[in-house]
Amino acid sequence: MASFWVTFIVVLVLKTAKVKSDTNEQVLLRGLVNNDSKAIETIYKDNFNMIQAFILNNNGTYDDARDIFQEAVITLYEKAKSESFVLTSQIKTYIYSVCRRLWLKRLQQMGRYISAPDGIEETVPVEEDMEIHEKRNADFMIMDRAMNSLGEPCKSLLEAYYIQRKGMTEISVEFGYTNADNAKNQKYKCLMRLKKLFFTQYNIGE
Amino acid sequence: MEDVVLMEIIERYLNGAMLPEEKAYFEQLRKNTPEIDQMVVEHKLFLQQMDVYAEHTGLKHSLHEVHNSLLMKGEIYEGGEISARGKVIQLYHRYKKVIAIAASIAGITALVISGLISYFSPSVNNNQLQQLSGDVAILKNEIKRAQKSSTAVETAAPAPTVLSTGTAFLIDGKGYLVTNAHVLKGSGAIVVNNRGQEFDAKIVHIDQEKDLAVLKINDDDYKPVNSLPYGIKKSNVQLGEELYTLGYPRDEIVYNLGYLSAESGFNGDTASCQISISANRGNSGGPVFNKNGEIVGILSTRQMAADGVVFAVKAKGIYHLVDELKKNDTSFQKIKIPSSSSVKGLNRVDQIKEVEDYIFLVKAYNE
Repeated sequence: MASFWVTFIVVLVLKTAKVKSDTNEQVLLRGLVNNDSKAIETIYKDNFNMIQAFILNNNGTYDDARDIFQEAVITLYEKAKSESFVLTSQIKTYIYSVCRRLWLKRLQQMGRYISAPDGIEETVPVEEDMEIHEKRNADFMIMDRAMNSLGEPCKSLLEAYYIQRKGMTEISVEFGYTNADNAKNQKYKCLMRLKKLFFTQYNIGE
Repeated sequence: MEDVVLMEIIERYLNGAMLPEEKAYFEQLRKNTPEIDQMVVEHKLFLQQMDVYAEHTGLKHSLHEVHNSLLMKGEIYEGGEISARGKVIQLYHRYKKVIAIAASIAGITALVISGLISYFSPSVNNNQLQQLSGDVAILKNEIKRAQKSSTAVETAAPAPTVLSTGTAFLIDGKGYLVTNAHVLKGSGAIVVNNRGQEFDAKIVHIDQEKDLAVLKINDDDYKPVNSLPYGIKKSNVQLGEELYTLGYPRDEIVYNLGYLSAESGFNGDTASCQISISANRGNSGGPVFNKNGEIVGILSTRQMAADGVVFAVKAKGIYHLVDELKKNDTSFQKIKIPSSSSVKGLNRVDQIKEVEDYIFLVKAYNE
């Protein structure tokens, strides 16, 4: 079984390496940065099955495969977004490398370390990116926890303003405030609470 | 309140929404007030985190959507069950175009076939129609035969000589009645009014073609009436007009309500009309009234194949019949058909009360 997927991966990697041109990959990454669903779909289609096979063959479940793959895409997104971005490898290789790292780490955390066969399939060093990603992820989790412990309507109100970037007038209509000033006041109170929640956690993390 | 304003200003500053002078003023303020400076730095950090959070949430959302849509399309699989369902969808996606072409070919074929059918159908339809009408004509004869035999059986016990029953109504107070020709199977008749009084009657005239007949009461008990409450209408009834009838499908007078459903009768017979009404054997010869209490027809036959399709001879036929009678025999010159109704303004119940005395049960018998 193991030998099967190894050859499978090798064939896939070699095949795509020949077919894909660099410009194509650049277009895809630009699309990813701009949250273009067509680009995301292409990246997904081209890479997910390989990662799923890898995870499933290494004691993972379908859910694990989805989580790991999506996290890898987010890592790629962060890398593509950074100003000093240079992708030195194929998207496929990069995603595979990140997923491999992420999954081995998770297996370790679960105390079920299994030495995944390494060597034949091509990987790139992603440790640095992983560290940045982990930090970002931790920050994200803090914000996520803070947001979720806010309660309604604070959560939706702040999401509407900071994430969906809606205007105060629109928000006041949507949430049923009598005018934009009242909504602004409420938003301020919510913001203060969120900042308090966020910075308590954030500073501990620092 | 001030804090709210200050926060708004800071956000505008950080978003770069300030005008140059305003910005310069605010930067001066920052320099001079360490607290505000601190707030700006802190909020900048917070907003950066918020942006990252927003981006990640958006991306995660997109990833989920893409994942689910790919699952639906069958591009990726998650376990047996889902893949089985996915396969069907995948097949659909793969053969969408083929299906579309096949569907349009099927559609065109269907159109061509239906076109051909409609092109050739008129002649075929006509044949069927004629056949159908023939069947109905046979049916009608069978009904008549059945009517005859069943009434014979029904009435066999009390009066063996009674051959058929029906309804008749007065057209002249002196004792002249009109009924259907097919009601009078025998050579004589007795008529019974709604109170059960029996009178001897003589068949004066039978017109099989019109299916109408005239009777004359020849009984000493009968007291001639000066004027009848109803008139007999010469003109045609309008489609949809409400009509009612009174008759003797049983020994008691029975009321039924309906409407004119066609201006001509069976097979386009213009001497009769079609009425949608519930009628039974014994209703034959019964008067059909319009809402003014005028007689517009004489109930004669019903179509067995259809429900509530009853044919009535138009009241005009009574005038023709009587004219014919007068021509042949001068002793009938005195018959005067009432043309106006005196129950016009009355409601239905009162109308019936007025007219029911002049509607009789007919029993035809052999002398």
